[in-house]
Amino acid sequence: MYHGGTTRGEKLPTLKLAVVQYGILLIMLALAAGLWRLQVLGAENFRQLAEQNRIRKEPVMAGRGKLFDRENRLIVDNYPSVSCYLVREQNRNVDNDLPLIARGLNLDLEQLRATLRRYRARPIYEPIPIKQDITSDEQAFIEAHLGELPELETIDVERRLYPRDGFAAHLIGYVGEVSEEMLNDTHYAAYSPGDIVGKAGVEQTYDQLLRGEDGSRDVIVDSHGREVGYLRTQHAKPGQDLKLTIDIDLQRTAELALGDANGAVVAMDPRNGEILALVSHPSYDPNAFAVRINHADWDKLITNPNHPLMNKAIQDQLAPGSTFKIIMSAAGLQEGVAQNMRVNCQGGADFYGRFFHCDHHHGVLGISDAIPESCDTFFYTLAQKLGIDTIAKYATEFGLGQKTGIDLPNEMAGIMPSTQWEMKNYHQRYYPGNTISVGIGQGETQVTPLQLARALGGIASNGHFVRPHVVMPDQNIPAEFRQAVQDSFPGSGDKDVPLNPDTWMIITDGMAAATTPGLYHTAEAAHIEGVDFAGKTGTAQVVGGGDTHTKGGAKTPNSWFVGMVPRRNPEIVIAVLQEHGDWGSYSAHVAAQMIVTYVNKKRMRDHNVLDQASLGKPVEMGAVWSDPVPAGRRRHGAASLPGQDSVLHAGHFMVDPGPLTPARNVASSLPSLPAWLLALPLRFKEGQT
Amino acid sequence: MTRRFLSFRDFDWPLLGMVLVLCTISVFEIYSATLHTKYAAYDYYAGSIHLKQMGFHTKQIFWISGGLVAMFFFSKIDYHKLIDFVPWAYGVSLLALVAVKLVGHKVLGARRWISMGPVHFQPSEWVKLILILIVARYFANLGGRNLTWRDIFKSLLLVGVPMVLVLVQPDLGTALTYLPILVAGLFLGGINIRQALVLLVCATVLIVGAWSSGKVLKPYQKARLTSFINPDNDPKGTGYQLRQSLIAVGSGGVWGKGMAKGTQTQGDFLPIPHADFIFAAFGEEHGFVGALLVLLLYFFILMRLIQNAQTAADLSGSLIIMGLVAVLTFQIAVNVGMVIGFMPVTGIPLPLMSYGGSSVLFTFLALGVAMNVRMRRFVN
Repeated sequence: MYHGGTTRGEKLPTLKLAVVQYGILLIMLALAAGLWRLQVLGAENFRQLAEQNRIRKEPVMAGRGKLFDRENRLIVDNYPSVSCYLVREQNRNVDNDLPLIARGLNLDLEQLRATLRRYRARPIYEPIPIKQDITSDEQAFIEAHLGELPELETIDVERRLYPRDGFAAHLIGYVGEVSEEMLNDTHYAAYSPGDIVGKAGVEQTYDQLLRGEDGSRDVIVDSHGREVGYLRTQHAKPGQDLKLTIDIDLQRTAELALGDANGAVVAMDPRNGEILALVSHPSYDPNAFAVRINHADWDKLITNPNHPLMNKAIQDQLAPGSTFKIIMSAAGLQEGVAQNMRVNCQGGADFYGRFFHCDHHHGVLGISDAIPESCDTFFYTLAQKLGIDTIAKYATEFGLGQKTGIDLPNEMAGIMPSTQWEMKNYHQRYYPGNTISVGIGQGETQVTPLQLARALGGIASNGHFVRPHVVMPDQNIPAEFRQAVQDSFPGSGDKDVPLNPDTWMIITDGMAAATTPGLYHTAEAAHIEGVDFAGKTGTAQVVGGGDTHTKGGAKTPNSWFVGMVPRRNPEIVIAVLQEHGDWGSYSAHVAAQMIVTYVNKKRMRDHNVLDQASLGKPVEMGAVWSDPVPAGRRRHGAASLPGQDSVLHAGHFMVDPGPLTPARNVASSLPSLPAWLLALPLRFKEGQT
Repeated sequence: MTRRFLSFRDFDWPLLGMVLVLCTISVFEIYSATLHTKYAAYDYYAGSIHLKQMGFHTKQIFWISGGLVAMFFFSKIDYHKLIDFVPWAYGVSLLALVAVKLVGHKVLGARRWISMGPVHFQPSEWVKLILILIVARYFANLGGRNLTWRDIFKSLLLVGVPMVLVLVQPDLGTALTYLPILVAGLFLGGINIRQALVLLVCATVLIVGAWSSGKVLKPYQKARLTSFINPDNDPKGTGYQLRQSLIAVGSGGVWGKGMAKGTQTQGDFLPIPHADFIFAAFGEEHGFVGALLVLLLYFFILMRLIQNAQTAADLSGSLIIMGLVAVLTFQIAVNVGMVIGFMPVTGIPLPLMSYGGSSVLFTFLALGVAMNVRMRRFVN
């Protein structure tokens, strides 16, 4: 019941209405003040925030430099691939999405969570790499879930493509994501998380040149991270291509020759230190590292007793065995002790109250026979005469027990014992009896295959020792980078140790005799008809003494061979190691096969007219031709054979192919070799006109 | 009651003009804010039939047109009849609120909607109008005399019951809009300062108690209510909307980025830019100057309404209009306050600007009643 009548005419008090009006005015003023604060005072700040909201920096990945062999044949290439990143900033609740993401991208959920945990301390706008090299299915998943999973992002990258079957894997190395530990290292200050970095081999040493510089692009996005447009792009600077010193043919031969054996092969040009081949076996597939390697594969690699990740050519430290006798000979001859030394080998001899064995009863022999015969008794005696410190002095001069300074990471130094070394490491006087074992390359001496190749190659080069390297120096490598690589191993480098002429002659002839069949039989497996091939085998006992390779019950001796062509001032020196390969002569086989490849290639090159043509001199060419048939004799029969009717001639011509200056247009129009050959006579005419 | 001809000369044309200006701004802003976003109009196919999904701005035009018709219709009804009739409506709406709780549609975890055939409606919005009328009726009946505690408790119950029913839907925002109706009624109905202070203290104790008991408010509601104090504490949670809103408004600067050029809106950073956060979208595109103009319009509309209340023929008419003023003021203060970071995110729409049928219809209906009050000011 409404009492309309009673209230008629009653009004609200004006005062109260005024209070309401002023109240509303106050509220409006407060709101206006709030707007002023935001839109006038805070405008600049909020404008920036709005920009940050919608503009995102996206990396443009630089393609990594490719690797070529010494003849410009491609070894390591790149291929386009897509990586998936997670940006926490773009979603409020990433954790809830993780199971879906893990399912869609075929990731392990726990591993994904662990990845995110690792980046917890990082700023939330920083993209977290969660999967690389995603498949097209996974890419489709990301695109289909743009709305639900705005935190996922894909980036096109160039990915490494390595040769199959782990070809030259230890030399090339591999790349991977930069690790947390590396990021904390000042050496990697310029790297950010998710960057790809070389982690072994050339990839690691030359990472700075190979990686190039990533660019970036400002992308306009909406709140779901969808790209709406681009603002500006800073292009990536691709990495520098590098030409390596290795020869694919030689490398392949070495890998095939070594077969299933565990070991290493190094081939080097002792004139300049260029590594022609470098093999370590067993190998691994570097492609597995290019995309993140899974735990199972990684465990398999690091627990494999044959150490597939180890670059045995520069990291395996083993007793050199009889190959050390070359160093002994050099020391003995330089000291003037060995020249006239004659030893009667009775299958061994007594030293310091103990009998030391020799393989045979060699009878009385001098140094010239002792080298190819590899007579232990002779070198026991020589070692005793020289003493450990003299041996160590020469061995160190020749580069044993120290890094060679090759431009590959984590080279090992090896060990050359001496009284000083014994004191430093064991705090005791050196026991002279140990010297006897050292004399035949046993005992505590440890060398790497590369050291041995360099040392023996240097002795054969009349005391010229070189610093080995795997990247061609005649490239556009910044001087400071080159210097940094040089400085990384102080004290190693090219070096000349003056040798007496007779030292040089006796040793090189001794090594050549070892490979000559029917003479001494030690390395005749390495004999190649018509090639001046010298070498020395080594069979190193595997017994205790710091040798890490006694595992697995393998007591079989390690088999060494160091060979070179030609015997003096060699062009190539090859060191072969087969772990537990039994006798040194097995390794000699490997070296011999490589020498065959090397010599054949060289011969083909020497007889390649085109190569010589560039010299601008007349080239000798063989030819067979027949005289034209005289017209009068055609009557006797139309089907006359050339052999009956015409006279065949054979002979040699001197042909001057002329300067190759107009080669540019010829090369561009006729790039293939046969076409070029066809073009040769044509160019003669051009030259004459 | 003597019947007299009500002339449209007495219709409040200036008020209607200002309201229509706001509505026009609203339609343009809804269009601009939803352009290129997921809310925009789109074509789609049902089988082979080509259909057009209407844009929100088009729908809003329909709502406004419907609202205008309803407003003219209500302005012809004597508000005294409405006041006579309102207890019935009050009872029905309480039933409707209970029904919503029992059989309503669940949208985003809350039951607020009821379907009758093809029409969905949100009873809590209509309850506002009914509360305005019944509170006006109640205090007009008391005749402006000093209020006893008994009177006050009755009025508390009158508003409190539907408020609790809406609160449990749960729809905190709408429930809160009922409060200013009560406050305005009490203030204008003759509460004295002592009573007001006691009520205030009681309310404070009740609110603190309810807050700490954890039973009245759900955690997400609490989080919403506190995140405005420091949105950076939780930039990815409830503070996100607020943060994006502040960036939108702030980056608008003095003159704004221009129509359909707001990066916050176009980039889909600003949440619900056509409804709850339309003022942020407007502020981004039209800057401080534009926002101030809109505030000024609201201010003039409110002042005009208060003037109408002053000139009303009787207390009940005045109280009806003042109830509307209270609701509008509250909604403007809370919505704009929310957009600029003064108030928590409660989901209260900005009257006459935000998209939404129920809200538009309520406002126009209430305006229609207010028009009627003005038109009848010389009657009798």
